[in-house]
Amino acid sequence: MKMFTVSGSPHIHGENSTKKIMYGVVIALVPAMLVSIYFFGINALRVLVLAAASSVFFEWLIQKYLMKERVTVSDGSALVTGILLAFNVPSNLPSWMVIIGALVAIGMAKMSFGGLGKNIFNPALVARVFLLISFPVAMTSWPKPTPLTKGIADVITGPTPLGIVKEGLKAGKTMSELRPELPTYMQDFIGNMGGSMGEVSAIALILGGLYMLWKKIITWHIPVAMLTTVAVFSGILWGFNPEKYADPVFQLLTGGMLLGAIFMATDMVTSPMTHGGQLLFGFGVGLLTILIRLWGAYPEGVSFAILLMNSVVPLINRGFKPRRFGDNPGVKIKA
Amino acid sequence: MDNIILVSVLVLGGVGVVSAVILYFVASKFKVYEDPKIDEVEEVLPSANCGGCGFPGCRAFAEATAKKASEEHNLDGLFCPVGGNDVMKKVGEVLGLEIEEQEPMIAVVRCNGTYENSPGKVKYEGVSSCSFAHAMYTGEGGCQYGCLGLGDCVDACEFDAIYIPEDRGVPIVKDNCTACGACVEACPRDIIELRKRGPKEKRIYVSCVNKEKGAVAIKNCSVACIGCGKCEKVCEFDAITITSFLSYIDFNKCKLCRKCVEVCPTNAIWEVNFKPRKIKLDKKEDKKDGDGKAKSVAKEEKPIDIKSGKVTEVKNNPGGNRE
Amino acid sequence: MGLLKTFRLGGVHPPENKLSAGKPIETLPLPKQAVVPLGQNLGAPSKPLVKRGDEVKVGQLIGVGESFISANLHSPVSGKVLKIDTVLDSSGFRRQAVIINVSGDEWMDNIDRSTDIVKEIPYTSEEIINKIKAAGIVGMGGATFPTHVKLMPPPGKKAEFLIINGVECEPYLTADHRVMLERGEELLIGVKILMKALNVNKAFIGIENNKPDAIENLSHLAKDYGDIEIVPLKVKYPQGGEKQLIKAVVNREVPSGKLPIEVGCVVQNVGTTLAVYEAVQKNKPLIERVVTVTGKSLKNPSNFLVRVGTPVKELIEAAGGLPEDTGKVIGGGPMMGKALLNTDIPVVKGTSGVLLMREEEAHRKPESACIRCSKCTYACPMGLEPYLLSRVSKLGKWDVTEKERIMDCIECGSCQYTCPANIPLLDWIRLGKNKTGQILRSRNKK
Repeated sequence: MKMFTVSGSPHIHGENSTKKIMYGVVIALVPAMLVSIYFFGINALRVLVLAAASSVFFEWLIQKYLMKERVTVSDGSALVTGILLAFNVPSNLPSWMVIIGALVAIGMAKMSFGGLGKNIFNPALVARVFLLISFPVAMTSWPKPTPLTKGIADVITGPTPLGIVKEGLKAGKTMSELRPELPTYMQDFIGNMGGSMGEVSAIALILGGLYMLWKKIITWHIPVAMLTTVAVFSGILWGFNPEKYADPVFQLLTGGMLLGAIFMATDMVTSPMTHGGQLLFGFGVGLLTILIRLWGAYPEGVSFAILLMNSVVPLINRGFKPRRFGDNPGVKIKA
Repeated sequence: MDNIILVSVLVLGGVGVVSAVILYFVASKFKVYEDPKIDEVEEVLPSANCGGCGFPGCRAFAEATAKKASEEHNLDGLFCPVGGNDVMKKVGEVLGLEIEEQEPMIAVVRCNGTYENSPGKVKYEGVSSCSFAHAMYTGEGGCQYGCLGLGDCVDACEFDAIYIPEDRGVPIVKDNCTACGACVEACPRDIIELRKRGPKEKRIYVSCVNKEKGAVAIKNCSVACIGCGKCEKVCEFDAITITSFLSYIDFNKCKLCRKCVEVCPTNAIWEVNFKPRKIKLDKKEDKKDGDGKAKSVAKEEKPIDIKSGKVTEVKNNPGGNRE
Repeated sequence: MGLLKTFRLGGVHPPENKLSAGKPIETLPLPKQAVVPLGQNLGAPSKPLVKRGDEVKVGQLIGVGESFISANLHSPVSGKVLKIDTVLDSSGFRRQAVIINVSGDEWMDNIDRSTDIVKEIPYTSEEIINKIKAAGIVGMGGATFPTHVKLMPPPGKKAEFLIINGVECEPYLTADHRVMLERGEELLIGVKILMKALNVNKAFIGIENNKPDAIENLSHLAKDYGDIEIVPLKVKYPQGGEKQLIKAVVNREVPSGKLPIEVGCVVQNVGTTLAVYEAVQKNKPLIERVVTVTGKSLKNPSNFLVRVGTPVKELIEAAGGLPEDTGKVIGGGPMMGKALLNTDIPVVKGTSGVLLMREEEAHRKPESACIRCSKCTYACPMGLEPYLLSRVSKLGKWDVTEKERIMDCIECGSCQYTCPANIPLLDWIRLGKNKTGQILRSRNKK
C-alpha cells in the first residue's frame, strides 16, 4: 500500500521565502550600487565586493565551525548586510577596515545573538558605528564624487554637506552664507555630493524603495513616518530661524536619511511587528536623527537614531498589538 | 587637579555612605522572618529544581517541609523523588523527624511499538511534539494508544535519563532515572508509569497500553497485549488484572515469579534485569510472530527475550532493549 | 459594481485551482457496503437504534441524537446491518459505526423522491426546526455543527440577518459552486425556509467573484424572492470563515469568544441550505451530499452526489483512480482540510471534498529561522500575532497564549501559508489552543 504523508493543515504554501525577500532587497539596492560606482569609481566596486564577500564568508565560517549548525549563507541575508555595510562607509576606506567592519557586522551584531532573525541591532549599522568610533578619520574623509565619464576618481577628499553645515554654523556663519558651498538640490537628488557610498543618490534609493513596496518586502509605515517627522520637525525649526537651521528638503536629501529610512530602519528583524509600532518607530528615528544632527556632536545621526530605536523595539512590540478582530463589533452588543 | 580628585572622592564616598545607611534601614525595617531550617533543608536537597515533588523548585519544597514539620510534626506526602530515601533521611535529621523509607521508583515506558514491531503506515510531517500529533492522528504505526516517538518525555526530563534511539522510535529509560514524574506528566498518551525499581532492579511489567480488542491491537503492533488472559490465569498472587483487553501487573503484589512472561503469546510482558533462563534460545526469529500458529509453538519453546545483566548499548542487543 | 465587499483584516490569496468547476454533479453508484460513523456531528455522537441483522431502508432513522448538541442519523442505503463496530476515522482513531451491507435501493415511503420543486412553505418556525432536527442536518461546510441548534437563538438574542455561505474560499473545492449553479431554485427556497425558521426579513448569499456564473444564476432567480440579496465578494481567503463572512457582508464583527448571533447574524452553508430544503419540503433526511474529488494528477476531477458512508476510495476510483504519484490525501480543502491516513474511510456529513496531492506537493519545505517579517501578522484575519503565539506555545507559556487571545484563532492557516521561513506556525498554535482550552475549561469548572 502507498504511504501517505500526514500533517496538519494548511497543506499548501505560498510563494514567499526568505531567499526571495533577501534577493529582492539586493535587487532594490542595485540602482544605488550603480550610482555609487558611477560617482566613486573602481574604489566603490572594491568596497562593495569586499564587504559583501567577507560578510558571506564570515557567516559561513561562524555557522560551520563555531556554531556547528546548518549553513544558511545562501539565503542572502549576509549578502544584504555586506552591501548595506559598504553603502555606509566612504568609498576610500582601506580594505582591512572593510573586512573588520564585516566581521563586526556578522560576528558581533548578528551571529553572537544566534544568527538570522535573532539580532537586536541592525548589523550593518553596528559595524558602521563601530568603524566610525574606532577609525574616525578614515570614516569621515569623504572622497569627492567624480563621474566615471570625467576620468578616474581622484583622491581629493572633502566634507559632506551635513559636515559643511555643522562646521559652518559652529564657526558662526549663517545658512545663507553657507549655501554657495553646498551642492544644489538637484545634485543631492542625483547623488553628486560627498558622503558614504550608497547614501548619496536620492533617486536611486527611492527607486529601490518603490520596488520593495511593490514586492511587498517593506510597508510604507516606517519610511513615511520617519521622513514626515524629519520634514515637520526641521520645517518648524527652519520656520523659526532659517539662518540657523537648514531647510527640510536639505535635511531629507543629505546624509544617510533616505538610505536609513528605506533600507536600514525597515530591516525586518530589527523593526516592530505591527503597523502602529512601525509608525512610532519611524517617528522615533526621525526625531532622534534631527536632534543629533542639530545639537549632537556628530553631523549625521541616522545610524545612531536607528540603533537607539532598535533597542526599544521589543518594548514597542509589547505595547503595540494589531487591531484584534471583534473589538469593534459594528453594532451594540447586549450584555 | 588635586582638587578634582578630592571632590570626586568625596562626592562618590558620600553617595556610598548615604546609600549604605538607607539600605541598612530599609533592610532592617522590611526584614521578613524566615525559618532558618528552610535554608538548612535546601542545603541537603539536590537542587535540580525538577518539580518532581510537586513544588516549583527545591526552595518551595524546603519551605513546605519546614512548615509541615513545625505544624504537624511529620512529613507525610512530602517526598523528594530525586534524592530518594537518603536525602529524605537528611531532611528528617535537619527537622528532627523520623522519615519512613519509601520504595525507590523508576519510570517505565509501557510501549514497545518500535519501527520494527509496529511499522509505519503513513509518514508524519510536522512539529516534534507528541501533544500536537496526539491531537491530530493516531501515530505512524496506527496504534492509537502507542508511543508517537516525538520526544515530549525527552524534552521534559531534567536528568537526561530518557532517550529515543533512532532505530527504535520509542524511548528507553536509563538507570539514572530519578522518578520525578516529569515524563509521566508530559506523555499525552499516559504510556509512562512510575513503578517500583524492584529488588536488584528486577521488574516485570506489561509493555503495552492498547485497550483495543486483540485482533485490532495485533494488526498494528506485533508485540501488543491482546488481552488473552493467560497471564491473569497463571498468576498466583492476583497481581494481574485485565481491563478492556489490557493486562496490568500490580507491582505491589507481583512477586517476580516470571510465569506470566512465559505464557504471554505476544511478548508483551517484559522482565528486566533477570538472570538468563535455562531454556533454549535458538529460535529467536519466532519472537515476532503474533498470530495463532506461533502461539501453539510458543507454548513449548517460547523464545523469551532475556536480558543478561545491563544492556547499555542498544544496537548490541536488537532482540530486546530493556533498561 | 464598484469596489467589491470583503473582510478587512489579513487574508491571503492562494491559487484557486478549481479544476472541477465545469463538471456537472454526477450521481455515484451505491457502494456495496456503507460504513456510517455514529459521531458525524460536532458534539455528542448519536445513539444507535439498530442492531446486527436488522433490515434498514434508505432514510430510516438508525441513530438518535440525545443531548442538546447532537444530531440524528439515517441510513443512507437499504440493506442489512452487518454489525455495529469500531472503524477508523480520518485521524486513525477508532469510532463506533453502523456497517450496512447494501441490497437494492428501497426508500422510506414518506420521502418524496420526485424532482418537482415545491415552493409553498406551509410550516411554522417551530415545525421547520423540528423537521430539520429530525432530518439530522448538520453544517456541511466542514464544522458539522447541528443546524437546528443554530436556528434556535438563546433567549434574549434575536437574529436580524441570515447569511448563506456560498463563498467556497478553499482552493480546489467546487461542490457548493455546482450546487448554486444546478440547484439554484431549490437553494433559494431553502433560504426562504431558514428565514421563516429564524423569523428574519433579510437574507444575503455571499459568493466570491471567481464564480460569476453562480452569481448570475442566483441573481436572476432571486428576482422572484424579494428579500434575498446576492452579494458578490472579492476573492480572499478565509472569507468562508463565519466571522469573516459576516464582516464582509454586513460589516459587523463577532466579539472574541462569542457566536454570530451576538451581532444578529446566522450563517448557513449552501450545502446545508439545500439539505434543509430537501428535509422540509421532501421529507428527505441528510443521507447524501455533493463531494468534490480533485487533484492535479487525477484523471477526471469531478463533483459527485454520494451517499454518506461510501468509502472515499470509491469516489477516487470513479474519478479515474488513485494516481501513482499521490503523496497525500486530504479530506476537505488544502488550507483547512485534514490529511487522511487511508482511503478506506467513509464519506461523512462534513466531507466537502477529497483532494489528492502529488508527492512533490505533499511535503513541507524545510523550516528556517524567523526573520520577523510580520507577514503572518499581516495575514491573520483575526488580528493575532501568529509568530508570537507559536513561539510561546512552543515554550509552553499558557498564560501568555491566553492573554494574546490564542482562542480567537480560527485555524485558517493563512499565517503558515504566507510564512517565508516555512515555520509550522499553525501546528504550534493548535497545540497552544488545545492546552489553553484545557486550562480554561478546568478553570471554568471550578
